[in-house]
Amino acid sequence: MSPNKNSDKLVYMLNHIGKVFALKPQDQAVAEITDHLKKFWEKRMLVQIFNHVEAGGAGLDPLPKQALQNMMAQSAQTSVN
Amino acid sequence: MGLIQEIDYGTKASNATKLVTLRIDGATITVPEGTSVMRAATELGTQIPKLCASDMLDSYGSCRLCLVEIEGRAGTPASCTTPVAEGMVVHTQNAKLAKLRKGVMELYISDHPLDCLTCSANSNCELQDMAGAVGLREVRYGYDGANHLDSVKDVSNPYFQFDPAKCIVCSRCVRACAEVQGTFALTIDGSGFSSKVSPGIGEDFFSSECVSCGACVQACPTATLMEKSVIEMGQPEHSAVTTCAYCGVGCTFKAEMRGEELVRMVPYKDGKANHGHSCVKGRFAWGYATHRDRITKPMIRAKITDPWQEVSWDEAINYAASEFKRIQANYGKDSIGGITSSRCTNEETFLVQKLIRAGFGNNNVDTCARVCHSPTGYGLSKTFGTSAGTQDFDSVEDSDTILVIGANPTDGHPVFAARMKRRLREGAKLIVVDPRRTDLVHSPHVNADYHLALKPGTNVAVVNALSHAIISEGLADEDFIRDQCDWNEYTEWAEFILRPHNSPEAVEKLCGVPAQTIRDAARLYATARNGAIYYGLGVTEHSQGTSTVLAIANLAMLTGNIGRKGVGVNPLRGQNNVQGSCDMGSFPHEFPGYRHVSNASVREIFEKDWGVSLSAEPGLRIPNMLDAAMDGSFMGLYIQGEDIVQSDPDTQHIVSGLSAMECVVVQDLFLNETANYAHVFLPGCSFLEKDGTFTNAERRIQRVRKVMSPKNGYGDWEITQKLAQAMGLDMHYNHPSEIMDEVARTTNSFAGVSYDLLERMGSVQWPCNELAPEGTPIMHIGAFVRGQGQFVIADYLPTDEKTGPRFPLLLTTGRILSQYNVGAQTRRTENAQWHEEDLLEIHPHDAELRGVKDGDWVKLASRAGETSLRVKLTDRVAPGVVYTTFHHPITQANVITTDYSDWATNCPEYKVTAVQVSLSNGPSEWQTSYMAHAAESRRIGAIAAE
Ligand code: SF4
Ligand code: SF4
Ligand code: SF4
Ligand code: FES
Repeated sequence: MSPNKNSDKLVYMLNHIGKVFALKPQDQAVAEITDHLKKFWEKRMLVQIFNHVEAGGAGLDPLPKQALQNMMAQSAQTSVN
Repeated sequence: MGLIQEIDYGTKASNATKLVTLRIDGATITVPEGTSVMRAATELGTQIPKLCASDMLDSYGSCRLCLVEIEGRAGTPASCTTPVAEGMVVHTQNAKLAKLRKGVMELYISDHPLDCLTCSANSNCELQDMAGAVGLREVRYGYDGANHLDSVKDVSNPYFQFDPAKCIVCSRCVRACAEVQGTFALTIDGSGFSSKVSPGIGEDFFSSECVSCGACVQACPTATLMEKSVIEMGQPEHSAVTTCAYCGVGCTFKAEMRGEELVRMVPYKDGKANHGHSCVKGRFAWGYATHRDRITKPMIRAKITDPWQEVSWDEAINYAASEFKRIQANYGKDSIGGITSSRCTNEETFLVQKLIRAGFGNNNVDTCARVCHSPTGYGLSKTFGTSAGTQDFDSVEDSDTILVIGANPTDGHPVFAARMKRRLREGAKLIVVDPRRTDLVHSPHVNADYHLALKPGTNVAVVNALSHAIISEGLADEDFIRDQCDWNEYTEWAEFILRPHNSPEAVEKLCGVPAQTIRDAARLYATARNGAIYYGLGVTEHSQGTSTVLAIANLAMLTGNIGRKGVGVNPLRGQNNVQGSCDMGSFPHEFPGYRHVSNASVREIFEKDWGVSLSAEPGLRIPNMLDAAMDGSFMGLYIQGEDIVQSDPDTQHIVSGLSAMECVVVQDLFLNETANYAHVFLPGCSFLEKDGTFTNAERRIQRVRKVMSPKNGYGDWEITQKLAQAMGLDMHYNHPSEIMDEVARTTNSFAGVSYDLLERMGSVQWPCNELAPEGTPIMHIGAFVRGQGQFVIADYLPTDEKTGPRFPLLLTTGRILSQYNVGAQTRRTENAQWHEEDLLEIHPHDAELRGVKDGDWVKLASRAGETSLRVKLTDRVAPGVVYTTFHHPITQANVITTDYSDWATNCPEYKVTAVQVSLSNGPSEWQTSYMAHAAESRRIGAIAAE
């Protein structure tokens, strides 16, 4: 069944994106996923998925999870500066 | 303004480069070799009498009216079949020729009713004109001999009639059906006096193979084949050139009028997309514009369960604006957004996105292209550097092998299909990749060399396997790749493609197409002098839509099939202005011209022009808007000319999202399905009632011209402008041309476009700017727009929508010729006669297993929902696959489709849904309750109970 809860949906979408880039070397794959999210995801969706990562990130594949963690670290950095 | 009269040169133009000089009636003329004497004379302004000739058709030479004398040649040759020669001296008129011509006319007229005064073609009849031209004054044979005057009329076609009594058996109709349309529905039965035109043995037009394209009606020189609208209303008295509002071919028509009433639409020979041809939709199905269902007064209601109340324009606009402002005050700036329409003009789309970006202050704008061609934009811009097809339609005339993937052009893009079929009859090879046996696979005089009837959802695997076969057999065009692409990326990609899982043998197991067929098809495409790819929604509407577009682009680069006539990658766009709506900045992450909102220098261009600061963050896509509505953070939506409840997947999800919103504003011709969930209804106007431009699938920008006053009072652009003003935006255009001027000054690929240019050139293909002042028919010549072509690895990932014991069949969806998209327009025309309901196509074997017979009602169930419809048994679909259209709201085919979508663009996976089919006795519970709700919510003006 396609996922129903919104955060489940986002996890599903992210894993799908992750699989597309999975053939690339890990760094490059993470960078491509990050780039994709920055280009296309609205901030409500990002906030929601960041919250999900903070809560443990259940269901997220390693590549998208890494991309999200990088983005979160980066935005923490920007807000500190 | 008069009636636009196009010259009929009698025979087609010659493309030869060598020129020939001759003398006709004492005047000298130079024309390309191969031109007929008739055409050369017409170019000089001399009209040689003719009946069987037309410049839409190959010359035929049967009527013998166009005789001329040529010095040094014996007899009186027919000028339509005689090519010019250097130094030739031609006489078109003398006593001998006049006598011969009179004799011919006498014979024709003796078997023709003399009811000119009451004939529907009076004043527009070539026979009448020719009688005048040859000076016919008497008919020596009398009218008492055997004749056809009592023949019975065939009125079965809803749009035109066939009156054999008036037929002169010139065979123009038969040739038009064969040569122009390629349907071969008509024949001349019998011979000599008893010969007559026939649409099949014992059949009338309606039940014949005829697809009602109208080519024969246009070709007929008499009133034999005549539009019923002309018979009813009389001959038109003025006309304007405009563009069809149905599909992405973008045919040009003359809208022929009497006063403000449209009499008929006649395809325009100068139209660069259609060259004088048309299909049943654009030619005949315009009656919806005046259909009684049209809403012409604005309406509002507080709750979607209330009946509608008609109000003034000011009241409706102010109500919508105050609601949007209230919602933003309560839920934040990002709580509202809008949807642009691929049916509206470029100017209207531009305004809607401007209203949202500048007036709403966010980028929550999306378009229905989300559900059709968004993967095209993503895939082609990544690989080639532009979000558009590479060729013009004329390019197909130079193609040697045509690869059609996931497209059914004879139904979806009929006029282009007619041209493609002409090229195929000339000998081009054809490969069709489609789960269903479409008409292109096998139709009169067209047979696909290979049909790759793949299992739905395996496009990427098959296209990669084609590339695998090409590389492994040494057929890659390495010179092209080295010259124009990034070689390192190529080698990395080639290494991936050569992995065993991409071999035809491995892919055969996934897609069901024999490896040998894949290899043969690959060879045919790779070794063609010019190989062209055309694809449609069968490519994009998948969870791997973007990956397939990438794989297709890779395949074209691999074989060097880019950057000249006859080759290329060509998306066949569904709706008339899909290309334009995307160009005009309808996506939430892009400004007009496909420039990302985070690009500060681009933002600055618009901020300066619009005098507001703009958001640098991407907005919500349609499915995300609905999700956000359910979460309570998105509460207001302005929808121009779209019906997302019917056209988007997973209807129940859409309905819940819309129901959760506090203000939904729908602007449309009709109370569509989405309007059932709206609070404000702003009546829109038809393409006949406004000025603007559409951009077709070949990037061609064409004028839409107003031929009647808007029945609702305003053009759609004016309504958006009113709403923008009420939202506090400084927006004041006097005419859509000023909007195009703004597009041109803010968007480089449109920099040279203006209404003046369009007036001069008729149409132009973008990019049109200082580098290409007359536009760009073919892109990427010599170099890719992005610099070097980029090979992008796109691996096959099976969809998560899988068959299993509960849902063992795969449903795929599509459209048919007579209907358009959700059918809101075409269902309100006589086209409904060809398609009264959506049917489920099922293979006889699958039907038998389920005890289902042709015409039975069945329940179609998926994981998302269920609906009921009737079945049609056919082996067009393979066992295991079922197929339906989505033209009727009662079918609710999208109750079945899931919300799985493309990884990159969220384009929904319409083309693959696991389903089960079982016998049922009528409409499902959802259908019944939905229809009850629809009827309830369409009530207008009833006074609410106290
Ligand atoms: S309407 Fe078109 S398809 Fe039908 S008979 Fe005429 S030319 Fe052929
Ligand atoms: S129907 Fe018209 S076009 Fe066809 S043969 Fe008769 S006169 Fe000619
Ligand atoms: S629907 Fe398409 S093919 Fe048919 S007339 Fe209109 S633009 Fe042309
Ligand atoms: S027009 Fe030339 S033979 Fe008929």
